[in-house]
Amino acid sequence: MTSQSKITVVSGILLVVSLAGISFVLHLEDQLRPQATPDEVLFLSSPTMIKRASLGYDGLAACIYWTRAVQYFGYRHHYYAASYNLLAPLLEITAHLDPHLLVAYEFGSSFLAPPPPHGAGQPQRAVELMQYGIQQNPGNWHLYYDLGFVYYMDLKDYKKAEETFERGSQVPNAHPFLKVLAAQMAQHAGEYDTAKMLWSATYETTQDEQIKENAIEHLRALRVDDDVAHLQEAVTRFGEHTGRLPANIAELAAAEHLPGIPLDPEGHPYKITPEGRVEVRVPDDFPFATRGLPPDYKPVPTPHSDH
Amino acid sequence: MRTSIAYIASNTFREAVRDRVLYNLIAFALLLSGAAILVGQISIEIEKLVVINLGLTAVSLFGIVIAIFIGIGLVSKEIEKRTLYTVLSRPVRRWQFIVGKFFGLAGTLVVNTFFMAIGVFAALFYVSHKFVKADALIFVALYFIILQFLIICSLSLLFSSFSTPLLSAIFAFSLFVIGSFAEDLRNFAAMAHGITRWLATGAAYLVPNFSAFNVITSIAHEQPVAGRLILQNTVYALFYATMALSGAVLIFERRDLK
Repeated sequence: MTSQSKITVVSGILLVVSLAGISFVLHLEDQLRPQATPDEVLFLSSPTMIKRASLGYDGLAACIYWTRAVQYFGYRHHYYAASYNLLAPLLEITAHLDPHLLVAYEFGSSFLAPPPPHGAGQPQRAVELMQYGIQQNPGNWHLYYDLGFVYYMDLKDYKKAEETFERGSQVPNAHPFLKVLAAQMAQHAGEYDTAKMLWSATYETTQDEQIKENAIEHLRALRVDDDVAHLQEAVTRFGEHTGRLPANIAELAAAEHLPGIPLDPEGHPYKITPEGRVEVRVPDDFPFATRGLPPDYKPVPTPHSDH
Repeated sequence: MRTSIAYIASNTFREAVRDRVLYNLIAFALLLSGAAILVGQISIEIEKLVVINLGLTAVSLFGIVIAIFIGIGLVSKEIEKRTLYTVLSRPVRRWQFIVGKFFGLAGTLVVNTFFMAIGVFAALFYVSHKFVKADALIFVALYFIILQFLIICSLSLLFSSFSTPLLSAIFAFSLFVIGSFAEDLRNFAAMAHGITRWLATGAAYLVPNFSAFNVITSIAHEQPVAGRLILQNTVYALFYATMALSGAVLIFERRDLK
């Protein structure tokens, strides 16, 4: 072997060994301090300063911050986190960098507004974000729809929801259902039909598959809520007539002359507990349901749920 | 006269290619194809926006870096290697040398931008599976980027005509950064009083106004660019490049090369 070949072989081996050594040491360090994740750090928090620092390339900076917001929300949502401290600042920076990035308002409000674990539980920040979006994109009726949605679903402010849908309906080329929603808010706000109508409208007007899936999940949950409410009333009637609780769902169905055993949207029959509560068989199938869940039910946490 | 300029320009272009300047295209291709594949998996609904924003930003930044780092060495390298004396001993005037260098560097950047533009459109096709009429607006953004390059090339040459490469790079890069804040500088001038106002206004008009050239974000949202802006930016870039080149020629004509 020539001298040059020897150097090549030794250098090559050293390179590979050093590379493996670096990875190994880093892995050991990660085990030493598993909590040292950088996801709770926002080194620059001023949207104006970040816009200046982007030297005019604010569109790319907005995409980066939007991706960071999605990653931050996705990570914490996955681990059922109770706090989302950086979400609102990340979304506000994104919107400030690119005020026409509509996806940041549409998804951002649905990240911010719902209570944990489905969202950050910050509906007021969602309203502020949406109002900024409307101010920057006054001709976009979708934003009025999303804002009205937050007022209705998360803040239960039916008057504001009505006003927002009404304002949205006046935008040129707005979808006609905004007028219907405004009227619905005025007359029947708070009812199951209204919520169903809102989620159906969301499903029909979006092109995004994830929003469609989310709307389907909510519609399924609404059906569960409605079914459980009706079946619970039936259980009460059964008790009043017979002086006891129905032994099972089949007995209740027979007493109520139902055409068959009531099934949840997954096709599983509802069940009646010994205490007379109507519940779904698999609560994890309906993450947004508010009725029909065991009293001590908690979503199954994934590993590292302490995050 | 034209032949001398064309000769120096083509030599500058050949030298840049020999210096493997176009190797940056490989980094660009990797960056863009990586982003196009990755972003779809880690973000929501911005694949096309990222390809346009990242693609055009990379075209702009890669070009600016090339313009500065090649531009600052165009004169000093010739002096250092003593090839300048050979050139000037022929029937070539000093101003022709400067203008030829400018066109050579500008040509290199146009060729570089052309190949990068192909990459941007390829990545766009990969994420969208089709082209729409609004995608043609990307050509406007690319045109504005080339106009920016002309200004930066001329500034690099201006600085390299009297300063060292390191200082020239610092000056040129600083002017690029300050130029990105030109509109803020003008707003500041409007709020100031007395001599500060005059100085700030003077500085605001003297530094290149790059903010008017950056239409990447609006084009990513398919917002049209006014024809008037295209015309005004063209005229502005030509005036600015001519001004900086004239300054470079004035200085270089009087420079003692011994």
